[in-house]
Amino acid sequence: MSDVDKSSATPHTEDTSGPQTSDMPGVEPVLVADMDEEPTTAGVGKPASEIVGRSPMQLAWLRLKRDRTAKVTGALIVLMLVAAYGAPLWALVYGYDAYDQNPDKLDGSAIPLGVLGGVSSEHWLGVVPGNGQDVLMTLLYGIRTSVSIAIVSAIVVVAIGAVIGAVSGYVGGWVDAVISWFIDVMLSFPFLIFALAIVPIVTNLILGGPGARPLWLSSTMLIVTFMVFFWMNTARLVRGQVLSLREREFVEAARASGAGLGHIVFKQLLPNVWAPILVSFSLMVPALVASEAYLAFLGIGVGEPHPDLGRLVSLAVGGVKAQQVGAWFLMMLSGGTILLLVLTFNMFGDAVRDALNPKSHK
Amino acid sequence: MAQAQATTVEAEPASPGPILEVSGLTKHFPVRSGLLGNKQWVKAVDGIDFEVAPGEALGLVGESGCGKTTTGRMLVRLLEATAGTIKFEGRDITRLDGAKLRKLRQDIQIIFQDPYSSLNPRHTVGKIIATPFTVNGIDPPGGVKKRVQELLETVGLNPEHYNRFPHEFSGGQRQRIGIARSLALRPKLIIADEPVSALDVSIQAQVINLLRRLQREFNLSFVFIAHDLSVVRHFCDRIAVMYLGKVVEIGDRTQIYERPSHPYTKALLSAVPDVSRLGREHAGRIKLEGDVPTPLNPPSGCRFRTRCWKAQDVCATTEPPLAPTPTGGVAACHFPENGDAQTTTEETAATA
Ligand SMILES: Nc1ncnc2c1ncn2[C@@H]1O[C@H](COP(=O)(O)OP(=O)(O)OP(=O)(O)O)[C@@H](O)[C@H]1O
Ligand code: SF4
Ligand SMILES: [Mg+2]
Repeated sequence: MSDVDKSSATPHTEDTSGPQTSDMPGVEPVLVADMDEEPTTAGVGKPASEIVGRSPMQLAWLRLKRDRTAKVTGALIVLMLVAAYGAPLWALVYGYDAYDQNPDKLDGSAIPLGVLGGVSSEHWLGVVPGNGQDVLMTLLYGIRTSVSIAIVSAIVVVAIGAVIGAVSGYVGGWVDAVISWFIDVMLSFPFLIFALAIVPIVTNLILGGPGARPLWLSSTMLIVTFMVFFWMNTARLVRGQVLSLREREFVEAARASGAGLGHIVFKQLLPNVWAPILVSFSLMVPALVASEAYLAFLGIGVGEPHPDLGRLVSLAVGGVKAQQVGAWFLMMLSGGTILLLVLTFNMFGDAVRDALNPKSHK
Repeated sequence: MAQAQATTVEAEPASPGPILEVSGLTKHFPVRSGLLGNKQWVKAVDGIDFEVAPGEALGLVGESGCGKTTTGRMLVRLLEATAGTIKFEGRDITRLDGAKLRKLRQDIQIIFQDPYSSLNPRHTVGKIIATPFTVNGIDPPGGVKKRVQELLETVGLNPEHYNRFPHEFSGGQRQRIGIARSLALRPKLIIADEPVSALDVSIQAQVINLLRRLQREFNLSFVFIAHDLSVVRHFCDRIAVMYLGKVVEIGDRTQIYERPSHPYTKALLSAVPDVSRLGREHAGRIKLEGDVPTPLNPPSGCRFRTRCWKAQDVCATTEPPLAPTPTGGVAACHFPENGDAQTTTEETAATA
């Protein structure tokens, strides 16, 4: 065979068929392997033809459903969300709402009467020192606040990160250089110092002086803060994916038909990176739950009288320091709730990542 | 497939001037080498000239890395030319931008080499073929869906498969989808970048035949890129042979296949099995020695000299211009083949 014969374009075909396999469910080896591992499922003997034709999304869903961690944490999340978002309903049955103050359960220095911070048949987990709010209800409402802010922020943050990353990766050149540099700057920015310094000032400016912060304002402040400081990792991730995608000929084909930046980013590129975006989102939620609690602990979260887990921990820690009886119990309850939330969301996020990216090792 | 009867696409006698005119087209890619990053240039395409008449199919042939894809992408304005001009219907389009470029894109379309990466895996076939309409805000008579289904039919696919995803199709079918997309805006010129080289040989013939039918049906002009001469043989009226960023020979099909002027063309031809028969009875195959030199630092003088069995001193010092040759071709060589020289060629060339 002469050298001329060798001039076939095999390299082209090879390097594009690699990533392509992930788009071809028929050649998905992991699913079959998973089935073998789990002899109890009826899927063992399923013919290969049934697997062919499933979209990557369906495959990921199948893997997720078979993942034990995902099942347990998923169930726990659903349970917590039902408990938290149904809290106003449960309050009707339980008899106390988180906003009800119960000064009769407190002693003269506003410390709960009774054991473990006022645990009784009425207040199953006691009452909060200072205002006598029911602890169980405060926890449920607190979860609601925390998860709502985390999810809304995560959506905003991931959307911003994905668009910035996609534009950066696709446009390249100096735009990419500037964005990458900006990402580095933002990543090295002292987030906490900024939040502690700026958030109260801006809040005061908006309110025209110190005072009770309305829920909408503190939530918005938190979401904006997260929006500014948490988009970078998603942007980096998406940028990396887009760098390899932009060489694919379908992007060129769209350009050759006259497509502009918007069409290419939103219609051609982003639909091909939904997997990392979804992973990014599911890991962003626990990160933001933790950050929200952190900020509230430091006093720049959701203000009184709105229930908030971070603020509850702060209160309990103060109580423990002052050697209040039963304060350690409140600390464990509130801290434990945050831990449970972050942990379950995180483990679920990891499971989502593994389901979407079967090649990654656990 | 190569043996299929070669039906000539009638070249129009009174052509109103070329549809595409390329002169001095150049693309140099900057590359940084080492940490210090002293800039070097990959001379991917280094000053090429050719014309395409309306309704004509020009073949652009050469080994891997000689700059065919780069040329094709410059022609459809996916890459900016470093120098030179591209004229489409007499109008300079080299630096067109904005709305004018968008308008131009309707006239010049491209078919890609790789049927796997050229279709967005997340889009249905219908959406893929409709993309040219969507991005240009065009509402074809009868609606987009109807037009897309017509296009599917035109390229020999089932119009009912509108809602399927690319992974449900074979390579050949996917290439047909790509062809349908390129036809959507009714272009006048299509750049086909190795449209069949990723396909099975049996399917290559079908796709080539489809392209020929479309060419006749819509009076399309083609620039058909291929890495060997066998594929373009029955498709192209004229052929330009490229080597390391330069056109080394250009001529009509008969001349190129029967009386090649440039040693490189001859070498390429001898790699095509059924063409080697055309020469003399025991015509040997020319084996090219060595690899293609890097376009970062191409050889001085004639770029082919490092592999040419006829090279002499002058080849290293003076670059041969594209000029008419004794065999009636146009080639860039100091010692073009003259028909009789074949004996000498075979003596010197290693035969297989
Ligand atoms: N973006 C780029 N940056 C740097 N060098 C490039 C770039 N694109 C192409 N090249 C180089 O330019 C030369 C020509 O590439 P091109 O893709 O045009 O070759 P080709 O003739 O199409 O080859 P093939 O048959 O492999 O498709 C090659 O040496 C290639 O490495
Ligand atoms: S100019 Fe010289 S080296 Fe180049 S092809 Fe002709 S004979 Fe060979
Ligand atoms: Mg190429």
